[in-house]
Amino acid sequence: MHKESLIQAKGLTKLYGDFAAVKGIDFSVHKGESFGFLGPNGAGKSTTMRIIAATLTRTSGEISILGKDPAERGPEIRAHLGVVPQQDNLDQALTVTDNLYIYGRYFGLSRKFIRAKIEELLDFAQLVEKRDVKVETLSGGMKRRLTIARALISEPEILMLDEPTTGLDPQARHILWDRLFRLKEQGVTLLITTHYMDEAEQLCDRLMVMDKGSIMAEDSPSGLIKKYSTKEVLEVRFGSDKNAEVSPQLSTLCERMEVLPDRILMYADDAELLLEEIRKKGLHPVTSLVRRSSLEDVFLRLTGRSLVE
Amino acid sequence: MITSAAVAIAEARIGRLGESVYSGRARTILERSYLAFRSSAWIVVLTGFLEPVLYLFSFGYGVGKLIGKMEVGPGHFVSYAAFIAPALLATSAMNGAIYDATWNVFFKMKFDRVYQGMLATSLGPLDVALGEISWALLRGMVYAIAFMSIVGGLGLITTPWALLAIPVAVLIAFGFASVGMAVTTYMKSFEQMNIINIVLLPMFLFSGSFYPLTIYPGWLQGFIKALPLWHGITLMRSVSLGLISAALLPHIVYFLAMIAIGLFFTTRRLTKLFMR
Repeated sequence: MHKESLIQAKGLTKLYGDFAAVKGIDFSVHKGESFGFLGPNGAGKSTTMRIIAATLTRTSGEISILGKDPAERGPEIRAHLGVVPQQDNLDQALTVTDNLYIYGRYFGLSRKFIRAKIEELLDFAQLVEKRDVKVETLSGGMKRRLTIARALISEPEILMLDEPTTGLDPQARHILWDRLFRLKEQGVTLLITTHYMDEAEQLCDRLMVMDKGSIMAEDSPSGLIKKYSTKEVLEVRFGSDKNAEVSPQLSTLCERMEVLPDRILMYADDAELLLEEIRKKGLHPVTSLVRRSSLEDVFLRLTGRSLVE
Repeated sequence: MITSAAVAIAEARIGRLGESVYSGRARTILERSYLAFRSSAWIVVLTGFLEPVLYLFSFGYGVGKLIGKMEVGPGHFVSYAAFIAPALLATSAMNGAIYDATWNVFFKMKFDRVYQGMLATSLGPLDVALGEISWALLRGMVYAIAFMSIVGGLGLITTPWALLAIPVAVLIAFGFASVGMAVTTYMKSFEQMNIINIVLLPMFLFSGSFYPLTIYPGWLQGFIKALPLWHGITLMRSVSLGLISAALLPHIVYFLAMIAIGLFFTTRRLTKLFMR
């Protein structure tokens, strides 16, 4: 199948003095897909996003967005993009409607076009009743939805979301995910950074796992799990002091094992069976949990540490 | 591929001079300021305007009683109030411009992240700089016009040349707004912002606003003549009293240079802060 590539990066690097925030990464994003950058804080996700958004210049390497170089064609590239930053930067002095209106004006759009678009976006963001309210009175979830609506005023081909649900309560997150799904259905290409594995699993077709400025792996969420983890995971706790003590006895029972301070993660395709074998050995964990493998396990495998610290 | 309206608008500017920093839409920044202003505190705007008016009454009519007439040219005498009114007008234009270009810009930059939002669109940093400075300039102009109408009402305007005071006020406001915003983009804290006030007040009091510079020793005269407000006051006083000559040109050039330098550094600084 032919996939049109919207963004292509080769050897993309960003240095701040001696510190390399992004270390020569290669990736490409296809039209209509939802592409995620997964990694802990400081992995280089936001830096990469800002280079794509033409608000940060790279140190070296190549990048093209719709065939254009952001270092030379900044305003043009930004006209293609909708940007939802990590920290809301809505205009506090303006109402909900005026925030949408003026953003359209910044892109040079006509008043008539914007007026019609505002109605559609207020509806999409479920903010019709808040239209004349100043933004400072909105809840966190509403602000984030408004920021997304604002980013859509110019009908961008690519919507970039930096940590879209950080700081939101579970209900607000689900509303937001639902809105993003709809956009994806409409054919908008989504670029998402997150350090939440559930969000990455929910929203992304393809993921790039990043750590310390480098790409650790790249695949679909299920592909990553298949490649780097087993089907299931058994989590056992023997008590803080005993975990390390019993671990040598357990290591022969499973494919792979991670001994964390509070628990032991054992990787196997049938975790129930594994638990039985442990009991047969005369070992009795204080608690045990059988679960499916997640991206958290992939990350742990790739980097040796947890995603959310 | 279907091209969106926003992209078509951006692509239409390909090949223009400065296309990476300027999109030709500084007016949309002005529009934003107007929308925000509609719901802001009018009282703040009024306070800034009142200051020179109060000076005019207390010094012009109070102290002026003790001073009598001032000689502004060979055999050309005016009342003390008419002598200081142009200086207060120039200061009024400066104040109006400075309020917006410094404190308001500082808040938008540091706390509201307004410029990050603007610069994520197809606008360039020069659009933002020009738009913000123009708004500050407008405020300076409004202050000047309001002050002029009071001065006129008091019968202190004696020549039709005084109408030139309005464009001169715009020039002064533009210069101060431009440099004021440039300086603000380098400020990091409230403490540093206060330096601006510490500079402005003595400049107002000692730039020949209330008495001719000839009172000072030569070295101090030279120093004051290097400051922008002295140029503004001298220019404003000359046109208000109808003393038009080629000697006014250097003052105009001084302000044009302020505008250019301020715009250049503001644009460069916005680029550095938000775009690299």
